[in-house]
Parts: sequence; C-alpha cells; structure tokens
Amino acid sequence: MPDKPDRNAIEVVNVSKIFGSGEGQVAALDKVSVSIRENEFFTLLGPSGCGKTTLLRLIAGFDFPTAGEILLYGQDIAPLPPFKRPVNTVFQSYALFPHMTVADNIGFGLEMLGKPKAEIKARVAEMLKLVKMEALAGRRTGQISGGQQQRVALARALAPQPKVLLLDEPLSALDYKLRKEMQIELKRLQNETGITFIFVTHDQEEALTMSDRIAVMSSGKILQVGSPWDIYDKPAERFVADFIGETNFLTAAISDVGNGKARATLKSGATIEATVAEGFQPKDNATVVVRPEHAKLTKDKGDLSGTVENIVYFGTDTHIHVRLDSGEAFTVRQQNTRSAGFGFERDDKVGILIGNDAAQVLRD
Amino acid sequence: MASNFSIKHQPGFTAIAATCFVVLYLPIIVLVIYAFNAATSTSEWGGFSLKWFQSAYQNTQVIDATLRSFQIGAIAAVLSTIFATMAALATTRTASYPGLTFKYAAINQPLMVPEIVTAVALLIFFSRIKIFTGYSGLGYLIAAHTAFCIPFAYLPIRARLENMDLTLERAAADLYATPWKTFRRITLPLLWPGILAGLMLAFVISLDDVVITEFVKSGGQDTLPTYMLGQIRRGITPEINAISTAFLLLSVAIVTLFFFVSRKRD
Amino acid sequence: MATAEEVAKAAERREVRDRWLLSAPALLVILLAATGPLLIVVVYSFLAPGPYGDVKWQFSSDAWTSVFLERDIFDDTLSLAAAHVTIFLRSIKLAAVTTLATLALGFPTAYFMATRSEKTRDLWLFLITIPFWTNLLIRTFAVLQIIRNEGIINTILLKLGIVSAPVQILYTDTAILIGMAYVYLPLMVLPIYASMEKLDFRLVEAGYDLYATRFKVLWKIIFPLVKPGVIAGSILVFIPALGAYVTPSILGGGKNMMLSNLIELQFGQGRNWPLGSALSITVMIIVMVALLAYVRNAGKSGVRHG
Repeated sequence: MPDKPDRNAIEVVNVSKIFGSGEGQVAALDKVSVSIRENEFFTLLGPSGCGKTTLLRLIAGFDFPTAGEILLYGQDIAPLPPFKRPVNTVFQSYALFPHMTVADNIGFGLEMLGKPKAEIKARVAEMLKLVKMEALAGRRTGQISGGQQQRVALARALAPQPKVLLLDEPLSALDYKLRKEMQIELKRLQNETGITFIFVTHDQEEALTMSDRIAVMSSGKILQVGSPWDIYDKPAERFVADFIGETNFLTAAISDVGNGKARATLKSGATIEATVAEGFQPKDNATVVVRPEHAKLTKDKGDLSGTVENIVYFGTDTHIHVRLDSGEAFTVRQQNTRSAGFGFERDDKVGILIGNDAAQVLRD
Repeated sequence: MASNFSIKHQPGFTAIAATCFVVLYLPIIVLVIYAFNAATSTSEWGGFSLKWFQSAYQNTQVIDATLRSFQIGAIAAVLSTIFATMAALATTRTASYPGLTFKYAAINQPLMVPEIVTAVALLIFFSRIKIFTGYSGLGYLIAAHTAFCIPFAYLPIRARLENMDLTLERAAADLYATPWKTFRRITLPLLWPGILAGLMLAFVISLDDVVITEFVKSGGQDTLPTYMLGQIRRGITPEINAISTAFLLLSVAIVTLFFFVSRKRD
Repeated sequence: MATAEEVAKAAERREVRDRWLLSAPALLVILLAATGPLLIVVVYSFLAPGPYGDVKWQFSSDAWTSVFLERDIFDDTLSLAAAHVTIFLRSIKLAAVTTLATLALGFPTAYFMATRSEKTRDLWLFLITIPFWTNLLIRTFAVLQIIRNEGIINTILLKLGIVSAPVQILYTDTAILIGMAYVYLPLMVLPIYASMEKLDFRLVEAGYDLYATRFKVLWKIIFPLVKPGVIAGSILVFIPALGAYVTPSILGGGKNMMLSNLIELQFGQGRNWPLGSALSITVMIIVMVALLAYVRNAGKSGVRHG
C-alpha cells in the first residue's frame, strides 16, 4: 500500500479534443479536468459519444489533445507516443495478436522493452498464474474462448507493470454470466496488483459494482465525480440522476436551506425533507429526485397521492407506475415476497410515502 | 399438396450455370487430349504418345522462350509486389488526404487503358530510348511488366490490409513497440498471405502477357506466349498443344496455391 | 518541450510525407512504363509519318484527319473512310455483344455459385478461377481447335449427317464473338459473384413474404443489390474486349480486323505511326466515355449495402 494514498496517478487538466475542422468541427472533449488517485478503480461512465473513450485514448496516446495537459505522476505525457508511456490498455476487442501464442502475447510488452529472456519467462509464468491460464500458454489466441481471451488481454496489459491500466469496455463482448464473473475477477486483480485502473463503460450497473469512484460524462463534459454511493444517491444533475438507475422527478419549492438539508414543498402540498448541495439558493420550481425503492405505497393518505396505472412484475421486485393527482408520473419499486400479492390493483387510489433522507434536490 | 418452396431457386439458372462450366472446360480438355496424339495432324486421333512433349522439350526456341518468360515474370513479380505492398500501406487505413485519390487512379491506371494502347505507347517510348541509349536488353520488358503487374499485386494486398484490425497495431504500440517493430512483428506477418497472393497474381499476369510483350520486345526476345502466337499464326502442330498443356499445368498449380493462400483465414 | 498539439501536427505531416515516399516507387514505375508514354502517343499523333516507320518531327494533323476520313488521291476531297468506320463499328459492336453475352451467361452462373452451401462454394469459385488464371492465348487456341473446320463441332455435325460440308465458323465475326465471350466469361462471373456472396437472402425471403413472384424478386431485389458487381464485370469485359488483340488475330484471320489489329497494322506494314497513335487515342477516348457513362449511371441508381 502506498504511504501517500491521496497521490494522483493521472491529472487531466483542461483537456479539449476537437475533431474535424471548420464547419464540421466536433468537440469530443470540452475543457475536461479530473484527477485519478493512485491505486483506485476509477470509472468513466456515460452513453456512447459522451467522450469517455476519447479521454481514454488521449491517456493511452492513440490521439493527442487539442489543448490541455495530461499529467502522469506530475509529468506531462500528452505529447508522447503510446510506446513511450508506462500505461497499458485492455482493448474492447482484446486485440490479441492472432499469429502468436498466449504466452508470446503476454510477453510481447516486456520483449519490446528489451527485458532479458529469463525475466520475461518468469513474468509470463507469473501472469499466466494470476489469470489462471497456465494450461493454455501454448495455444494460439484464435483457439481459446472469449472469456479466456479476455484474461489473456488482461495479463498482457498487466505484464509490463504499467503505472496505470486502461480498460476500454472490456466486458461488453461477454455474455451476462461471464461478465458478472469477470467483474469480480477484475476487482480481485486490481487489489492484488495495486495498479490504478481506469475503466470505461456505458453500463451503470458495472460502474456501480466495481468502482471506487465514478466520473459521469455527457457531451464531452464530466458532470459529476464521486463514489458509487454519491452518484446514485446524491446526483447533482438531472442527466446523472436519469442515466443512473431509475428515478422520479418532482417539482418542488425549496426553502430553509442549511446543513445540507432543505425543506421541499411538493405540488401536492405535502412537505418533505431533502438533501441539498452546499450553497443552493432557495427557489420555487426546483427539481427533486426520489429513487423508486425509496418510496412506499399506502392505502392511506401519503406525501403524494395518485392512481395506479400499471403494475410490472420483475421477479425480484415489482414496479408500480402511479399517475399523481398533479399529473406527474411516479414509479414505486417494491420487493417481492413469497406470499402472493401486495394488495394493489390497477386504478386503485393510492398514497405514496417518501422515506426520510430519500429526496435529493438537483442543481438548477 | 406439399411442395418445397426454395427461396433461392430461379428457373433455368442452374442449367445455364452447368452449361457455362462445361463450356469453360471442354475446349481445354480437348486441347490437352490432343497434346497426347501420336498423329501429326491435329484433326485425327493416332493413338497415345508423348512425342510432342519430347519434341517441345528438344526445341531450343521453346526452352529459350520459357526461360525468358520465367526470368521476366520472376523479376517483374518481385518488384511489382514490393512496390505494391508499399503503395498499399500508403493508401489504406487512413482518412482521405491530399493526393490519395490521385494515387488510386495512378495505381489502377494500367487496368483502365486497353492493353493495345499501352503497348503502342511503350513501343514508341522505348524505341526512342533504345536509339538514345543503345541499350536493347530485357530491361524494357521487365519495366513494362512491372508496371502493369502493380495494380494486380496491389489488389489482394490492399484487400488484406483493409480487413486487418488497426487495433492490433495500436495494441503493439501500447506495449512499447516502436513503429518499425510494430511493422516487423505485427503488420508484416499478418499481411504476408496477401503479399504472397499478390506475388503469385503478378507472376501469372506477367507470364500470360502477349500484347505488350509483342510490341515491346526486340528481336530474339520472344517469351513463351509470343513464340506460341507466332507458331499458331503459321499453322497448328500438336507441339503447341503439348506446350499449352505444360503451361496449363503450371497455371493450375499456381492458382491452387493462390487459392489456399488467399482463402486462409486467421 | 513541444505541446501535444504541435506534436500531433508534426506527426500528421510526417505521416503524409511517409505515405508519399512509400507510394513513390509504384507511382514512378507506372508513370515511366504506363502513363507517361501515353502522353508521347498524343504528341506522335500530331506528327508526320517517317518513311520507314517512326515519325518526322513536323506538325501535321493528317493522322487525325485520316482516323475517320480519307483524302482522294486525285481531287483532294475528303470522304468517310469506310474501312476505318467499319472496323470501329465492328469493334464496338463485338465488345458490346460480348459484354451482354457474358452477362447473360455469367449472372446466372454467379447466382448459382452464391446459392451453394458455404463449403461447396469455394470449389465452384476455384473452378471459375482456373480458366481466369489460364493463359488467354492458350484458351483462344483451345477455342480455335473446337470451331475450325476439322474441329470437334464440325466433326460431330458431319458424322451425324446434319451438314454435308463443314460449317465455316473460323475467321468470321461469330468466331471472334465466341472466342471473346469464352475468354472473358470469368471476368464477368467473379465480380458478380463477389457482390452476390454478400447478398442477404433474408431480403429475398422478405420479398416473397410481400407477395413478389420469382421474377419480381430477381428483378426488384437481387439485381439492384448486386448491381455494383454487374457494373464492375461489364467494365472488366468491355475494356479488354474493345482492345482485344489476341482473339481477333487468331480467330478472325486477316480480314476480320478489330481496332487493335488496325493499330498494329499502322506500326507494321502501314508504317504510319502518327495514324496508329491517333487511332490508339481514339480507342482510349471511347473507353473513357464508356467508363464515365457507366460510372455516372451507376452513381445515380447504385445501391450500397453491407
């Protein structure tokens, strides 16, 4: 473990990347700044085209930024070609060399660094053991399964002991079960090697389960950086709240702001307590978000009232879609139990209780 | 009534295809059979014999022309493949840049002009140079063959390159390989089947050429095809059948090799 | 230290330079031994013929005049050069008919090949590829042996008593046509097959599902989708057919000349290099016009898929 846990491995400073020229200019990244700490599992999360892969490619050196600096432990690496950066990548398509064996693939980086043969051999053996691929060392990469290819790609990128490992949606080609396994495996590898991981994905669930911190990106900008808990429970903006998990948006008047708390008066007239970012100015038409699992249906009068429109069964839980009397839509998620039924049907008049600490006021 | 409706069926197509295959092969088979004809006339069958092969083999003109064909073909194929490989690397897997379209047009230009026109142009150009330099060796034929072989060699190499995953080279660079090492260790080995296919295609194209060679060659520079053309114009003997059969065998051998090389997937 | 942007710009410049250097040898060889000499042909077409071939270095437009016209020896009037016009028209006609014939035969053949199972497809492709790689001269020679008076066709016809004397096929336009269709057929089949192989037959299923007849499916779905292949094939057949040299030389005899034989004549016995040059340029112009018309037509209605 490092003695200074807050040291930054990567600092991205005011980085912009503009593709094309003249009229057809597109800013893939717009003055992005972010710091990634040594040893952390950092995830860039966002829909396709948000700029997450571009940022990764700039760190890897496959592209050069139009403006800004990329610091690796304080040194600007932005002008260096990829083969001069102590940073390795796990590619989405794995990009294993088809004309080499598994072992040759893993040893490639060390060979290029001019390491002695004995050292390469030892390191390759170590890596094969790390990803549990000892038995297939002599195989061609075309002769192994997708999951195995994924492991080889990981071992290959880890073998030269990079300062930072970049992972570009590496799990997207795997089926659901294998993906779950690999998520745990990746987390284990990161713990064992102590290398800083920068992981790119569009899958919010993947991001929430694996990351130490997440940066949510949209349209070439980073909207929010925080722990999975922060991102999920305290979304700062509508996009973040909407992109991650399902959520309900309610219009409310905000008053009595202080100590991270505020009073929110809903359209129904009910008043609930909501968390709020520091420095928020009270106003009449703010947006408050409530996660579906943080609300409960009741037959009595609740904080909100409405009519059940639709009931959707999901196995582990059930989603109840309610049309509020104010006209807004609201979804409640309720855990299923073995005993059948939960006492509500379509067109029932219901009340909704919003839990303590469940509501979050959005910026703007 | 149960009828199997095949979506791929089109009435008459199979019959036409079958006719095409038969018609494509029938004349060649007849030609090969008559190469083994003992009779001197090519219109009657006089029993099986290898004498025409023997007579072709003892004909120094045939042997000279064959060796010359191989010499020109080998040099032109190697040169054109090297140049085509370089050109393919320069013109694929890139965003459009100034001059790219020009390069495509230039490289494919020999395909777009009827051979006779190129032949005439080379006749004029080289005859001037011959007068000017006094050199009249095989160099002219080799230069001409190299030029018209380039677009053919370029074809499979370019196709292979375009199907090649750019991320592989990116991965190599990411793993500390310099551009030259990336080329040697990744690009070249993966491109190799395309290069081999291009080499063989170029060799066969050079070996088959009649028109340009006929116009460019100096006296005593007959290649096998131009020698054969001369013989056919004079009248047919089964010796031509024998030479053709040997030539065919070579072509089939090369095409078989080409087929396996270019179909190889990894 | 240079900024990332400067480095990126320098890398881009270096790449463009490297790409020019890499393509230089190929471009140079083609320029010297293919494209460049074409320009000299243009120059030669404006010079006067030398007495023993080659040219005299003085300007003359006679060569161009005599491409389609001839000057009367006595009164110097110009009239249409019937011989040249006939050869031009015959060449264009033969090349066009060859293209159509190979298309009519090649399209169903390519379709047949593309609808085989994946494994046998390679075998059919192999069978088409062999003639494609076989020397054109040898294949023409093979046709000659079939169609000549003592050839297999006439022998069978005579034996069966269908004809009493051999049918004269050799040394006619028909012979040239048969020969060209035979030698250029693989050039038509291969590109059509390449398009056809990529054809998604679920589209055909959709066509039948929407009540199309077999012919409608062929004409409205399959044909438009493989049109790029058909166009490529037609170009690949038309260009060499128009400039064909070997086939008319062997199968057409001396009388049934095509353009290439006429051009050869000017550089041989005719000893009129400027006329030969002018004729060559004319052939090239015809090819370019045909190409442009075809490409433009293809661009208008071409369908991309994949």
